[in-house]
Amino acid sequence: MLALTSILRRFAWDVQELTYYSGRLAARLFGRPFYGFEVLEQMYFLGVGSLFLVVLTGVFAGQGMALQFSIELADFGSKNYLGRVMVIAIVRELGPVLTGLMVAARVAAGITAELGSMKSSEQIDALVAFGVDPIRKLAVPRFWAIFIMMPVLTIICDFVGLAGGYMIAVYISHISGAAYWTNVVNKLNLGNLIIGLGKPFLFAVIVATISTFMGFRTVGGTKGVGRSTTDSVVACSITILFVNFLFTRILVPHLKGLL
Amino acid sequence: MIRFEDVSFAYGANPVLRDVSFHVAPGETVVVFGVSGSGKSTILKLVSGLIKPQRGRILINGEDMTGARESTWRRVRPRIGFVFQGGALFDSMTVGENIGYTLLEHTDRPLDEVEATVREALRFLNLSEDLIDLLPDSLSGGMQRRVAIGRAVAAVDPWIMLYDEPTTGLDPISTKAIAEMIVKLRDVKGVSSIVVTHQIADAFEVTDHFIVLNDGRVVLDGDGAALVRSDHPDVRAFLSPFIDSVRALPGMHIE
Repeated sequence: MLALTSILRRFAWDVQELTYYSGRLAARLFGRPFYGFEVLEQMYFLGVGSLFLVVLTGVFAGQGMALQFSIELADFGSKNYLGRVMVIAIVRELGPVLTGLMVAARVAAGITAELGSMKSSEQIDALVAFGVDPIRKLAVPRFWAIFIMMPVLTIICDFVGLAGGYMIAVYISHISGAAYWTNVVNKLNLGNLIIGLGKPFLFAVIVATISTFMGFRTVGGTKGVGRSTTDSVVACSITILFVNFLFTRILVPHLKGLL
Repeated sequence: MIRFEDVSFAYGANPVLRDVSFHVAPGETVVVFGVSGSGKSTILKLVSGLIKPQRGRILINGEDMTGARESTWRRVRPRIGFVFQGGALFDSMTVGENIGYTLLEHTDRPLDEVEATVREALRFLNLSEDLIDLLPDSLSGGMQRRVAIGRAVAAVDPWIMLYDEPTTGLDPISTKAIAEMIVKLRDVKGVSSIVVTHQIADAFEVTDHFIVLNDGRVVLDGDGAALVRSDHPDVRAFLSPFIDSVRALPGMHIE
């Protein structure tokens, strides 16, 4: 009982710290100085660096989904509707979530490890001592880079996921390619686009905020950096999945007329 | 220049400094001694505003910085050079970028002017100008400390220099070079300095004003003679392992 109380107290403290940090980060997002070069550098690092991972994930997820759905749809004689189902699966759910998780695994780990190492070697203190705001210098460029690149990566993941589904549809399930793409385009309505493209912005905020927060509060040297990095990826992944559920639960009923 | 008045600080429930008072005059160098955990580095962090005291007052250049806003610190910090223990050089930047960092960050000087200042700092530090494009990892420990000093002094004419164990872990030649650098900076630029160190013999080369901390309290604040003649048990206990090297210093005699 005592241990549970201690864990809950620690959790409440962490949430309070994260909330306070989020406020400090938000207050610095639009001010000066703005480190534009660092934003471009980070966009390249996380955008180009994550591209291969996101493409692979999208293709395999799309193909897996298409295989599963085509078997089930065939039982009802509705194989031709595979494209519609794929839009729901990929654009609404899997594209944003898988991209978010991949970015969390690769980028959040990298950011937390980098900032954690800087904290351990007193480089963050050195920045402060030389009159530089570390949140503005280190966290804000990473925030904007993730905020811009996450939707781009999600769109790429969606596209290759649907393309993966097309390969299965044509070469394994023997559905006409034209029928598949017609169904895809018909189902790409405003409601699905709002859901599919709204999520990556939220996930970007989650990954950028948690990963930089965990990096800045790293203590305990090399071991501490390892612990923070693991905690960062776990926290980002769980929060992405939880927010994805909340977003779907809250938004989908309101967008029913558009779906 | 720097004045501590009854300053207390604790990390959580663990008190580190208790009612610490001392004064560093303009152009003066003060060496702070003490065993590990006695609060030496905490003093430097308080002077640079990295942490805030829970009690007491800290004045810099006559200005009360105790409850100063972040905007006030941003104005003052570029005038305070901080040489961190281990250097804390930015490891993804070259030596030149490290030394010129504050100039690039806080001024609109053109790049060639910053490079000229960096080269001048390298010459001042007795380092080869060829190091300018190297990463800190490829330098020796002594060179890294000197580059860290260069980064601190290449700032906008510092008022204050803070050295956190600048010679720990270095060979005798590098240690001597760093000690000479501290003296040179005091003499050429007239900066006030606080040096935190364990190296007692080297400390006598840079100043004649010593503060000894024990358990977060100032147990001695005086010159070399006061230090070696002190009969305070904590000062005696701290000095005893180094007694031979102190006794060998010119003008020092311990009964």
